[in-house]
Amino acid sequence: MRFSALKVLKEGLTGNKGWQPHWRNPEPKAEYDAVIIGGGGHGLSTAYYLAKEHGLSNIAVLEKGYLGGGNVGRNTTIVRANYYLPGNSEFYSHSLKLWEGLEQDLNYNVMHSQRGIINLFHSDGQRDAAVRRGNAMINQGDDAHLLSREEVRAKLPYLDFDNARFPIYGGLYHPRGGTARHDAVAWGYARGADQRGVDLIQNCEVTGIDVENGKVVGVQTTRGPIRAKKVGMVTAGRSSQVAQMAGMRLPIESHILQAYVTEGLKPVIDHVVTFGMSHFYISQSDKGGLVFGGDLDFYASYAARGNLPGKEQVMEAAMALMPMIGKARVLRSWGGIMDMSPDGSPIIDKTHIDGLFLNTGWCYGGFKAVPGSGFAMAHLMATGRPHASGEKLRLDRFETGRGLMDEEGTGAQHNLH
Amino acid sequence: MRLTCPLCGERDSREFYYQGAASMLNRPPADAAGQEWHSYMHLRDNPAGEVRDLWYHQDGCGSWLVVSRNTVTHHISSVDLIGAQNAG
Repeated sequence: MRFSALKVLKEGLTGNKGWQPHWRNPEPKAEYDAVIIGGGGHGLSTAYYLAKEHGLSNIAVLEKGYLGGGNVGRNTTIVRANYYLPGNSEFYSHSLKLWEGLEQDLNYNVMHSQRGIINLFHSDGQRDAAVRRGNAMINQGDDAHLLSREEVRAKLPYLDFDNARFPIYGGLYHPRGGTARHDAVAWGYARGADQRGVDLIQNCEVTGIDVENGKVVGVQTTRGPIRAKKVGMVTAGRSSQVAQMAGMRLPIESHILQAYVTEGLKPVIDHVVTFGMSHFYISQSDKGGLVFGGDLDFYASYAARGNLPGKEQVMEAAMALMPMIGKARVLRSWGGIMDMSPDGSPIIDKTHIDGLFLNTGWCYGGFKAVPGSGFAMAHLMATGRPHASGEKLRLDRFETGRGLMDEEGTGAQHNLH
Repeated sequence: MRLTCPLCGERDSREFYYQGAASMLNRPPADAAGQEWHSYMHLRDNPAGEVRDLWYHQDGCGSWLVVSRNTVTHHISSVDLIGAQNAG
């Protein structure tokens, strides 16, 4: 089944009775060429690109819950390529290019909206940093414009420009940045993978990783053992538990990141806007809700819900930046489990076990990385060599100290990102 | 979330700074191998369940505390001064 405007029109006129399930619900087979642990955005995109780019079709994605039920279904949906350091810069640049062709590639409306991101700055020092970051983005081939205070005012008249503590000096504008419909991204990749023969197996928790003579040979699951020549661990906040089954300790701490949505409002925030003096970012969904978030709660947690101090900090930042937001009522909030790495940057790499691959450390930034991460992970699993866009996302950088990607410049330590 | 500081009593978690796993108390000797320092600095058990964390009562008495806590429920079972028990 292909989606098209004509199909939508036809179904609309005939009672919408012709739609079919987007993917099969197969029983697990006894053996696959490759198994992906984790049916979130990154796992599904890995399976999709393994099938599409590398011609593998005997693949399974094993998901302990339902597809897209983790962080890909609970984030602030921001898509951007405004990184600074080598490694991140080329990786997210590549990912954004994949985003730009994603809907045609998947034949699926992921509602990718390049509405532009404006990172505000509030001091001379922050302006210098924004100029430097903008130049790094341009050097990478992406887009960046420095906006003066008056140019920001023309785009975002609702901000408090003369806040006594955090006056707005200007902004770094990234027009190709924006948002996407997060669930649709998972569903689009799932459907695309399924159409190429990938078995998407839900309610199937991996309980063990079988290794013989230093080589992975399969996994144990709640639905029986499955043999596999290659296994990819793509489990975000649960990475440490999965890797432990293979005897690995990861450089990962799992933390809560909360996010918030207000009731639906008429269009009021046209871009993605970030506050430079406190960690705060906001956009408006197509449904009208203001979607916003801030910092971690800053303690290790798997609770998938946060505490009040985190909420308070975000609400205070929102009120300081755009006092009008005080009239909106928060509809709901939630917490995701973030796989925080010591330098705040991701890992896509082989492990010490032959055939076992690791994809983790996405910290706050996993959503925009979904296409690029799957592409690089699939390349690594299929060829045994890293893709150029992901070759610096190495697991050993913490041990060697070479190639650390600490965007914030605070040090490669667990409690600092 | 509230922590009961052994010196100050029950206090709001806003008063505390979170450092991370209490394994940070087991600092390797200066001449330890790189692998050992790597393990100490970066690698974590990161369990879903009971953990022992280091917290600092920065807006209170300034004590370093070992907090036994459940990362799934946020239940705190004990808070001790780091000197009050064996490290690690």
